[in-house]
Amino acid sequence: MEPVILVEDIYKSYGTVHALEGVGFQVHRGAIVGLLGPNGAGKTTLINILTTLLKPDKGRAWVAGIDVAQNPAAVRSRIGLAGQFAAVDENLTGKENLELVGTLYHLPPKQVKDRAEQLLREFSLDDAANRQAKTYSGGMRRRLDVASSLIGRPEVLFLDEPTTGLDPQSRMELWQAIRKLANNGTTVLLTTQYLEEADYLADAIVIIDHGKVVAQGTAKELKATIGGGVLKIHTPKQNVPALVQALSEFNPHADTALGIVTIPVKEGIKILPEAIRKIDAANITISDIELSKPTLDEVFTSLTNKK
Amino acid sequence: MQPITPAQKHAAPQGLQWIISDIIAMTRRGLLRYVRLPQLLVFSTIQPILFLLLFTYVFGGAIKTPGLNYLNFLVPGILVQVVIFGSVQTGVGLAEDLNKGMIDRFKSLPMARSAVLMGRTLADLVRNILVMVLMITVAFIMGFRAEGGFMGLLLAMALIALFGFAFSWISASIGLSVKNSETAQVAGFIWVFPLVFASSIFVPIDTMPAWLEAFANISPITVTVNSVRALMSGTPIGDNWWQALIWIVGIMVNFSTLAVLQYRKVK
Repeated sequence: MEPVILVEDIYKSYGTVHALEGVGFQVHRGAIVGLLGPNGAGKTTLINILTTLLKPDKGRAWVAGIDVAQNPAAVRSRIGLAGQFAAVDENLTGKENLELVGTLYHLPPKQVKDRAEQLLREFSLDDAANRQAKTYSGGMRRRLDVASSLIGRPEVLFLDEPTTGLDPQSRMELWQAIRKLANNGTTVLLTTQYLEEADYLADAIVIIDHGKVVAQGTAKELKATIGGGVLKIHTPKQNVPALVQALSEFNPHADTALGIVTIPVKEGIKILPEAIRKIDAANITISDIELSKPTLDEVFTSLTNKK
Repeated sequence: MQPITPAQKHAAPQGLQWIISDIIAMTRRGLLRYVRLPQLLVFSTIQPILFLLLFTYVFGGAIKTPGLNYLNFLVPGILVQVVIFGSVQTGVGLAEDLNKGMIDRFKSLPMARSAVLMGRTLADLVRNILVMVLMITVAFIMGFRAEGGFMGLLLAMALIALFGFAFSWISASIGLSVKNSETAQVAGFIWVFPLVFASSIFVPIDTMPAWLEAFANISPITVTVNSVRALMSGTPIGDNWWQALIWIVGIMVNFSTLAVLQYRKVK
């Protein structure tokens, strides 16, 4: 299948700051791809390049089959962008905001009107349609912003940290809206700092750090790269050395201050009864035992802390 | 939700018709700002009306203006001052757009690049004309008379409007440099304030010390005010008109080029 977004070895520097140092990945049609990375990793720079706001120093990128550097105008008519700040004109009403963007996409006037009304309904803004956007809550502004980016029926939608600053309810609503879009064939590339968001939304995740792709795959694949999780055994502090001794064959890691001994789980759950038998045989008192699955958090930390 | 047709294509921006439609849409947006924030209009009108009243009734008696009564001398000057201060809003509006991410959105749209800047400057041109009409009405009530006749008045207003349009481009460039609306407001005023006073707006410049008079003499504000005054009062315009036009065209060409370059690069 031909990728909708293809990024090849992109470099971008601002003076001595190297924002991107050879980023490459691809996105298939209708997928939601999460671009994950710490602050300053280069996520926004990459979005700016793909949406034709910036030119790369080196490397090429195609969006909807078009080279972004060579034919930016053609790319612009096929994409939608909701940037880091909700780009709404506060002095205009919700409806006027949508109609302005629709007009600038050069849709026929009738279509601009219909599309604006449809989007206001879909994003539950129809009650506030004729109110100035300055009266909107943060969640409403974000919804209006995302709705504006959809008025031209883009093939590819770029969302730069779409849920930053939203309350949990608004976040969930926006997530559902994004899911629906992808189900209808729109390709979505979103950046986020929230692993939970990438985990919930994204079909594929690209982790970037220091301007480079450090890992990519589905959330499940990424979790598998750091293994099956850990078994955490809590015990009174004075028991820690004895516990480590008893579990020595499982390659334990001790945190004496917290009274926790951790052992990696490699071959499934059968380690649990084995460990308990050892603890029992050594006659050590433990206060709690938990089996934790790896989280995307742990994947992220293990990948972005490498250097 | 209706299915999104992924393959829907729009043509790349092309043709004068698209550019004009973008400029109209953006100008309308710029004007709605003044409709929704009427205080911007009110304050930009109250200040010159106060100046008109204060200068006419407080200082007017002490200022000698040969050949014209002080009100007829002052009105052309105040009108030019109105568009100079009004042009500051162009930069403030653009800086606001930058801060709020609107410029990023516009840049990602298949619209004419020039329309963002043209929309602001044209909206401010329309705003300036409205404020000017209001000011002239107040001036007429106070006893102002345009001895140069209706045509003279219209030509004078056209010249003022053009002058304000040129200053809007300077302001646009300032707004795109400072990228912050409060700073744009201050930076927009700070340099024009002395220029406004060191000109023929409020007083005849021949009462100034020689060095200041020499400066005021070549100021674009002085030659424009002198032209407007001549057109409104029906007195000889001399060399002022072409000097004013050279300034206006020069400012417009240079600063619109600069602003467009800045707009392309701005992030």
